[in-house]
Amino acid sequence: MIAYLGRRVIQSVLILLGVSLITFALLYLLPADPVRQIAGRSATPETVENIRRQLGLDQPFAIQYWHYLTSLLSGDLGRSYIQRSEVTELIVSRLPASLLLMVGAILCELTIGLTMGLLAAVRRGTATDQTLMVASFVGVSAPQFVVGLLLLYVFAVRLGWFPIGGYGTWRHLVLPSLTMGILGAGWYARMMRSSMIDVLRQDYMRTARAKGLARGAIIFRHALPNAILPVVAMIGIDIGIFMGGIVVVESVFGWPGIGQLAWQAIQRVDIPIIMGVTLVSAFAIVLGNLLADTVAPFIDPRIKLR
Amino acid sequence: MSKGVTSKRTGVFAPAVSTTAGPVLEISGLTVSVRGEDGERPVVSDLSFSLARGETLCIAGESGSGKSMTALAIMQLLPQPAARIDSGTIRLRARDRGDMDRSDIDLALLDERRMRHIRGDRIAMIFQEPMTSLNPVLSIGRQLIESIEAHTGLSRAEARRRAIEALKAVRIPEAESRLKQYPHELSGGMRQRVMIAMALALKPDVLIADEPTTALDVTVQGEVLELLRDLQREHGTSVILITHDMGVVAEMADRVIIMRHGRMIEEGTAADIFARPQADYTRELLAAVPRIGTGVGRRKSVESEMRGSVAVVNDLHVRFDLHGGFFGRVNRRVHAVEGVSFSIAPHETLALVGESGCGKSTTAKALAGLVPYHGDIVIGGRNLAGLGRDERKAVRRDVQMIFQDPYASLDPRMRVGDLVAEPLLIHGIASKEERGQLVAALFERVGLSADQMELYPHEFSGGQRQRICIARALALRPKLIIADESVSALDVSVQARVLDLLKELQREFGVAYLFISHDMAVVENISDRVAVMYLGQIVEMGTRDQVFSNPRHPYTRRLIEAVPVPDPARRRPRFARLDQEIPSPTRKIGEDPPKLALKDLGNGHLVAVS
Repeated sequence: MIAYLGRRVIQSVLILLGVSLITFALLYLLPADPVRQIAGRSATPETVENIRRQLGLDQPFAIQYWHYLTSLLSGDLGRSYIQRSEVTELIVSRLPASLLLMVGAILCELTIGLTMGLLAAVRRGTATDQTLMVASFVGVSAPQFVVGLLLLYVFAVRLGWFPIGGYGTWRHLVLPSLTMGILGAGWYARMMRSSMIDVLRQDYMRTARAKGLARGAIIFRHALPNAILPVVAMIGIDIGIFMGGIVVVESVFGWPGIGQLAWQAIQRVDIPIIMGVTLVSAFAIVLGNLLADTVAPFIDPRIKLR
Repeated sequence: MSKGVTSKRTGVFAPAVSTTAGPVLEISGLTVSVRGEDGERPVVSDLSFSLARGETLCIAGESGSGKSMTALAIMQLLPQPAARIDSGTIRLRARDRGDMDRSDIDLALLDERRMRHIRGDRIAMIFQEPMTSLNPVLSIGRQLIESIEAHTGLSRAEARRRAIEALKAVRIPEAESRLKQYPHELSGGMRQRVMIAMALALKPDVLIADEPTTALDVTVQGEVLELLRDLQREHGTSVILITHDMGVVAEMADRVIIMRHGRMIEEGTAADIFARPQADYTRELLAAVPRIGTGVGRRKSVESEMRGSVAVVNDLHVRFDLHGGFFGRVNRRVHAVEGVSFSIAPHETLALVGESGCGKSTTAKALAGLVPYHGDIVIGGRNLAGLGRDERKAVRRDVQMIFQDPYASLDPRMRVGDLVAEPLLIHGIASKEERGQLVAALFERVGLSADQMELYPHEFSGGQRQRICIARALALRPKLIIADESVSALDVSVQARVLDLLKELQREFGVAYLFISHDMAVVENISDRVAVMYLGQIVEMGTRDQVFSNPRHPYTRRLIEAVPVPDPARRRPRFARLDQEIPSPTRKIGEDPPKLALKDLGNGHLVAVS
């Protein structure tokens, strides 16, 4: 177990290094010039060159990357070009909001998705099953900004149950979490259904019935832990999809998280922030996968981590 | 649709007068049908029988005879919503103790909630596949305890005590510590014992065992059957044993029902059925059963000895590395095959026998080039080790394989004619028209017709599919065909015909067989020579007569003794129990298993000396 974790941590660090290199290279090759953005349209060529030298952007790629990497290892993500503050500070101040949104979204999609999938599998072939599957299909295929605007219109503008945007109370959290969660709920419903149907066919389910167990015990004690395993692995991967969704959803709802920060930075070619957000996202994905894999043996005793 | 003779929807009969004597379960006019693509089809028709207290009733028949459906109907566990009981009654006699169940119950009319109290408590069931019948994520203890708790008001601690008792009753050593184990940590035999413990923990009136030993190795089968018999004697449980194996029937049954196509063909005491079968089908079924000691002496052609060997295997090793530790280095190894040597002559059938995990299939795979190996494999006089890719491919043409499961070994999306033609195509033999003719001829030869070439595999029965596999193996006119448990999945009557076909083809084409099987009776029927494998090594090898008439290695003897004899008059004395399970072939790096030396007892009868 410890050996396994050690190996996985080393792998994770290598993955993060790779991500940093690729992102850095992509941003270096970008045709947009950050210096022009900073200096403004009226700046003289000397000013531009001055700024370029100050930021170290006149150095060759390898040296720029080396500088970035060495400061990264001491926890320094550099300074924002535009906002004149430390990227680490910017991210740290906005991370809690995003994490909160993520937790809300995961709760939403797991409760909605797993319940739908479970119900559809148990009622397989009935009208309930078909309705739920159509609903999940809609959830999967609806673009998040459409879902977000729709929810805003119905529940905030028309009904006035929730605020239109912003951050602060649990009411602010509901609509953004739901918007993020509906996409995942669709996926989880479909996955849970097929996984559950597969499990219900297994010989040990017949054994459980032959023992005379109650229906609840059969489904929740015997079927669910077996069916949920592939779903747990999915949660790890899901965090990656979240990071994409966060940019859209935070903009729609004016949620002050790192998604919004990233969106602003992309518009202004604020490379240190883009790098920082990308690395934090990559870190979250790697951590999520590691957690999902570590939890698996607790659900299925056949899985050994080595 | 009328539901049997009782009109009461409650399903409760009037209180019985006497409950001590008479049948515990009475089934009359039971008809079960399954809805399929082509409408409703009866799988059990008008079946009536009764089960006396303490009796063992065997329901025997081939696949599709409706024997399992009968069992599931009694338990009300028919696959939903496709199958249902059309008519008939399943009458469970009241218990003479207790207040609750003083009246007889018609299970066919019972709703799910009340049926739940019958299942596990009054009627328990064990299934064919011990490997998959236990829930992999719940501990043995949890699964045992929950079934006790489901039917009694016992506290957790008491239920636990009962569970330990039940495990001790099925002779599982260290019962208490087993409770914490998970199914995957136990062998197949152990798991089936746990299933039996679970079924008998609540002392049910009736135990239904659906092919309980079919998936087990023959020596384990012997132990489990004996256990069932002992427990039945102790508790007075009535047992319905469902099996396709007439040997098991002879060993276990008081009474026998023979079923075919959902109908009862014959019913009688075990002695009568075996000694004086009345129905033609019963006679055919009994005649098709392979028996040890009836293998007709096969004359080995002299010329085959002269012409040398088709295949020679010398000091074959197959090992699989297991990774572990911090850097994922190899730290353990499965020693699947350890220094196996044999040779096969043209026209000859060499049987490789042993129990699961002994390395017999791995040996075959190495010979067919499907796993990497060490050692020498010489085919048609050419050592594969020294050959290049193309040459190896050419030599491999001479070795073809027939697998165990005819359902899984044919691509469902290809026409069977194309499947048989594929080897010809791969090796670039013959033009398109010639291939068609060759395949047509092969179809005729294996007992199919040429116009069936356009069909898909699912349109054939298991036996026909295995014939298709044989045709495919024959397409390249190989010198050696490896048959890996090729008849194990077939019903006995089909099995007998496929074995006959294999023998005919051998006479005609002079092909040699490496016949891999766990079934000693089948092996005796088809082989010229026999090699017995245990833990990756050959422990005894010789002609069929040498091995079967004069088995010298204790393991060989044990294997032969374990085969149930299809004759109730010759029930075996108590089967010697093995105290431990077969050890694992997995070892740490550097700890190679001791190599067995084979000693010639004369005339090529080799036996391992330890």
